[in-house]
Amino acid sequence: MGPQHPATHGVLRVILEIDGERIVKATPVVGYLHTGIEKTMESKLYYKAIPCTDRMDYLAPMMNNLGFCLAVEKLMDIEVPEKVKWARVCLAELSRIKSHLVWLGTHAMDLGAVSMSLYTFREREMIVDIYEACGGQRMMTTYIRIGGLANDIPPDFEKLVRKFLKVMPERLNDYETLLTNNQIFIRRTKDVAVISAEDAINWSLSGPMLRGSGVKHDLRKDNPYSGYENFDFDIALGEKGDTYDRYKLRLEEMRQSMRIIQQAVDGMPPGPYRAHVPGVVLPPKDDILHKMESLIFHFKIITDGFKSPRGAVYQGIESPKGELGFYISSDGTNRPNRVRVRPPSFINLACLPALCEGSLISDAVAAIGTIDIVLGEVDR
Amino acid sequence: MEDQVRKFLQSRFAEAVVREENFRGDQSFYIKPEALYDICQALMEDTELDMHYLADVTSVDWLGHEEEMGGRFEVVYNLYSLQHKYRFFLKAMLPADNPTIDSLTPLWNGANWTEREVWDMMGITFTGHPNLTKILTTDELDGHPLRRDYPLTYEVPQFNWNKDDPPEVIK
Repeated sequence: MGPQHPATHGVLRVILEIDGERIVKATPVVGYLHTGIEKTMESKLYYKAIPCTDRMDYLAPMMNNLGFCLAVEKLMDIEVPEKVKWARVCLAELSRIKSHLVWLGTHAMDLGAVSMSLYTFREREMIVDIYEACGGQRMMTTYIRIGGLANDIPPDFEKLVRKFLKVMPERLNDYETLLTNNQIFIRRTKDVAVISAEDAINWSLSGPMLRGSGVKHDLRKDNPYSGYENFDFDIALGEKGDTYDRYKLRLEEMRQSMRIIQQAVDGMPPGPYRAHVPGVVLPPKDDILHKMESLIFHFKIITDGFKSPRGAVYQGIESPKGELGFYISSDGTNRPNRVRVRPPSFINLACLPALCEGSLISDAVAAIGTIDIVLGEVDR
Repeated sequence: MEDQVRKFLQSRFAEAVVREENFRGDQSFYIKPEALYDICQALMEDTELDMHYLADVTSVDWLGHEEEMGGRFEVVYNLYSLQHKYRFFLKAMLPADNPTIDSLTPLWNGANWTEREVWDMMGITFTGHPNLTKILTTDELDGHPLRRDYPLTYEVPQFNWNKDDPPEVIK
């Protein structure tokens, strides 16, 4: 099955040994999209490594930017302004909804509800428009930078987000009318690809795959970053750990994300969009045109970067797929010695044999869909 | 939590802990590689510490810093407690030639692919791994790309147009 198969969400290949319609053994084969992103990042200055990050999970690029920038900020001990934190939370949660919408559309399409993707991509378009208003890019945004944002959030940002928040709850209910009580969908997903809580922990699963089995683990609550402790939201949990549970859970996550976005736009504090750390954080664009020092720092940072202290930091964030971690090991120069991405899709995908061995071939499609992989991140 | 982990390691594996490090709140313990499996097994069985979640296995190449680090390759185990919401790192230094360490796959299924990736990208052998094969790179690729002495632009994959005329090494 694969690597060119529409239900494998990219270039995943699964070697299935079958007995009639039953799967005896499943072996996922990955690496078709390997581009050596971790190696590339080692050779780049910290600033110039940011564009590498959103090529991994291209369905939620802001999440990757955020994870890497938080890790570098931790390494350099930079405190960012409040406004940046709130804007980042808002954008990160929009990314989560965006990623879940693509998942919902494709997953339902795999299971026979072809029209779903038309609806979910309609709403995704609204989020992509918000991205475009912010950074000018629709997918590879590179909008979140070390110490702040690429530029100030645009004037019509609030209007666009509020419009989205107004439309979205109703649309989510529409999705539910199409799927939640749909007999075909229920029979394709209930008791399919079940994983117990112990197994999920043993397989190092994270994100909806872990919470779907009832394990309460969400880095936004457990180890808050970027000011998540200021927001009021609940963690959605599943019970049995089957595909249907994870479907319900992701829908609930979208609702909780909207709660967070609502709080973020309501309480967005005023202030600068970048931290003031000369020599490390790029000065604001306006200053470069009017102040000599800012121009010098800008030139220095772009050409030579900044020296990082020697040491290793790890920053994990809760991406739509699970725990996305950046481990940066620095040897004291202006380039990282090693950047390790803890890829949630890669580690979640490892349990695919456990999910679909012994089940029908058509259930393998449901299992691949429910893991919610993005091959750019699996192969890096 | 830090003290509890330290007490646990000191009481049972005092001679295995080489040194510890705390950088920006990330606690790491450098241990002797041969003690890794026993420590992890003890952690698995310990219910009080609840370090049952192996978040990640990765490695760092310290080419050029071998003497100060005490070995060329650093293997990093990222352990997390779901109950205490606490993360710490176990690190082991391995020599430049034939770096070998015990596999944790018998304890954690989650270590299976991450260890394969470390082997593929960094060339560290995990003894006791059920299926230590390439995972990300192509079968034709020789070497381990994430090593610091592996050139960045070395092009090995061959296509129809250069089948008879292999590309030059560009460093």
